[in-house]
Amino acid sequence: MEHLPILVVAVPLFVAFAIPLIDKVGGGRYAKEGVTVGSLLFSLIGMILLLKRVAALGPQVYVFGAALPTLTLPTGMKVPIRIMFEVDGMSAFMALSGSIAALAAAIYSIAYLKDETGKDRFYVLFLLLVVGMLGMELTGDIFNFFVFLEISSIASAALVAFRYYKAESIEAAIKYMVVGSLSALFVLIAVGFLYGKYDALNFAAIAKRMEFSWADKIALALLVVSLALKCGAVPLHMWLPDAYAEAPASVTALLVSVSQASLYGLFRVCFSLFGVKMSTLTVGWIVIIFGVLSMFIGVTMALVQKEIKRLMAFHAISQTGYMLLGVGVGLAVLGNPFDLKSYGLMAMKGGIFHIINHAMYKGLLFLTAGAVFYRAGTRDLNKLGGLAHNMPWTTVYFIIGAAAIAGLPPFNGFASKLMIYESVYKFNPILSIMAMIVSVLTLASFVKIFQSAFLGPQLPEYKDIKEAPMSMLVGMGILAFVVVFFGLFPELIVRTIVDPAAKALVDQASYISKVMGGM
Amino acid sequence: MPFVVVGVMLALGLYAILFSKNLIKIAIGLSIVESAVNLFLITLGYVKGAVAPIYTMAPAGKKMVLPTPQALTLTAIVIGLATTAMLLSLIVMAYKHYGTLDIRELRRLRG
Amino acid sequence: MTLLYTGQGFWDPIAWLFGTAFASILVYWIWSKGRGDYKKGTEQVKPFLCGNPEPGKSEIHVRASNIYWGFVEALKGYYEPLIGMHTGELSDYVGWFIGGLALLTFVILVV
Repeated sequence: MEHLPILVVAVPLFVAFAIPLIDKVGGGRYAKEGVTVGSLLFSLIGMILLLKRVAALGPQVYVFGAALPTLTLPTGMKVPIRIMFEVDGMSAFMALSGSIAALAAAIYSIAYLKDETGKDRFYVLFLLLVVGMLGMELTGDIFNFFVFLEISSIASAALVAFRYYKAESIEAAIKYMVVGSLSALFVLIAVGFLYGKYDALNFAAIAKRMEFSWADKIALALLVVSLALKCGAVPLHMWLPDAYAEAPASVTALLVSVSQASLYGLFRVCFSLFGVKMSTLTVGWIVIIFGVLSMFIGVTMALVQKEIKRLMAFHAISQTGYMLLGVGVGLAVLGNPFDLKSYGLMAMKGGIFHIINHAMYKGLLFLTAGAVFYRAGTRDLNKLGGLAHNMPWTTVYFIIGAAAIAGLPPFNGFASKLMIYESVYKFNPILSIMAMIVSVLTLASFVKIFQSAFLGPQLPEYKDIKEAPMSMLVGMGILAFVVVFFGLFPELIVRTIVDPAAKALVDQASYISKVMGGM
Repeated sequence: MPFVVVGVMLALGLYAILFSKNLIKIAIGLSIVESAVNLFLITLGYVKGAVAPIYTMAPAGKKMVLPTPQALTLTAIVIGLATTAMLLSLIVMAYKHYGTLDIRELRRLRG
Repeated sequence: MTLLYTGQGFWDPIAWLFGTAFASILVYWIWSKGRGDYKKGTEQVKPFLCGNPEPGKSEIHVRASNIYWGFVEALKGYYEPLIGMHTGELSDYVGWFIGGLALLTFVILVV
């Protein structure tokens, strides 16, 4: 059981490189799809077990190459010299959310990519993307974080360009590649600054000796901006609609979770690496400003889009704003125990709950957009119409996703948004009111998609289209089930996984002491 | 002194990415930034008068450098290679589709 | 089990569902009081457009560009610079990144 943290990453990694071999040997028509889904199912089950273990025993570490996987400090050493994974409530929460989305997207891909070539390479890259995402979320080492960041960004750029015969996909991939690798290089510079100062690469070891002098401040700025770019905060969001709209739908559903891994990195850096040593009010306000800009500009840009996936991509930016707002408020009051207890922690819980909700309903929405594209052959909203007559299941899934993202009760988006509104109102009422306006505009733009693509009379050109194939319906069904379940039992979810995640972020001391021993 | 070189290289690379309109030049700029970062990492590990950290061959009493920055640099070089290869192959495909490498032409996705 | 504390108040989806179910029954009851004695299959169930013939299916579907036209038109002063900002040019993407980086480094170093 103590090898779980590495197994959830290593099994998909191994399977990824085994897929070309399996494809060469033969082994059945659906062999590569089967092993992909199998390894992702393994990761998901592993994550659930790991989450239970973290809940029962506190943060878990896994040290590579040590005699014992839990031996963080070899005798006579003051700093940990080995690479290690450190899994606390927040890491486990993020990885769980990512592995659910990955499983659903993989099942969806089986039918979605039926007529495409190069499927073996697709599944290799897909699994590598999952590995990069899970690695970023589980690692306890800042350089290792950079490596997984690069794995995920190279794999996702390649997957954005999967439809290489379309000029737009190539264009989007180039833009994503340049911007993504440039920001990753700046993360590496920050790693260099921190290493040069503290001779350590471990999050906990650096955090313990953090002084917050000018070199640390530069490192903090580099990390915050680079990771904000990777998670698509306005005004660094330009690559995101391009990449999300042009990637195959199943990849886009996963890219949502991959961007959230960068968001996790941002929170980990702010809370666990720098923590109360930095001026949390300043950095908190920076995060809040990123959040408010993302919310508002994202949703207003979405309102004028004419392409279904590009519209949803702008919503992804806007919803990321909610998470930044919620957790940013928590960060701003981190140094003030009274405010933190009275509303900061609740705002953080709302923001963190919104992360998993967003990964589920936005994944679902991108998958329904993919189903529309698969059957109707276009993503242009001006050409679509009346699809509800032919695709009832897709329509139902779309309604579930749209109601959840717009924050209509009883779906999951409502619960997390309510938590954000009520607690942010105590911090600053204007922020809370803006969040509500954004929610209204979100509903408005999803009404636009619903009206123009699904409602209306049955158009003559779409008379004969059929419902999406089975595997796509199953993939969407998994996410829709999670959305409804989280909506009906929000208290259960908040108590079991969200609350430990928020507490793990705030509790920097136990994150450090798990690696460095007693303080 | 090496840090000045790092700064100059970083500025040159960023200048190339920001102001050149040709995709190949942008790729070169990215590589220059990458080299600057690698140089930065390797400079961090330099200790004056120390020897390579080969435990059995080091003369007694001499300081040994910590090999971590070198390991980081090697990893970063490998990642940089993958990035450059990927970017160049994408540029080849973009040239096939658009018939140009000018980024002012590569903007069908906007607004 | 389903009662969620949300900072200031509480949220219970199951209670909400009961309330909605009750409201739906009420709505259905009011609806069922309506007249059922119209003649099915005659002109009574067809749309009446001042005696004009009904246009074709694709003509009466409201297309996406027409939805919220007034909203966008009214906020033209806001939307024009915003859409102009999304140029789709790669060097602008990098420019925003470098600009944001410079600004934020300054803010964090000073404050």
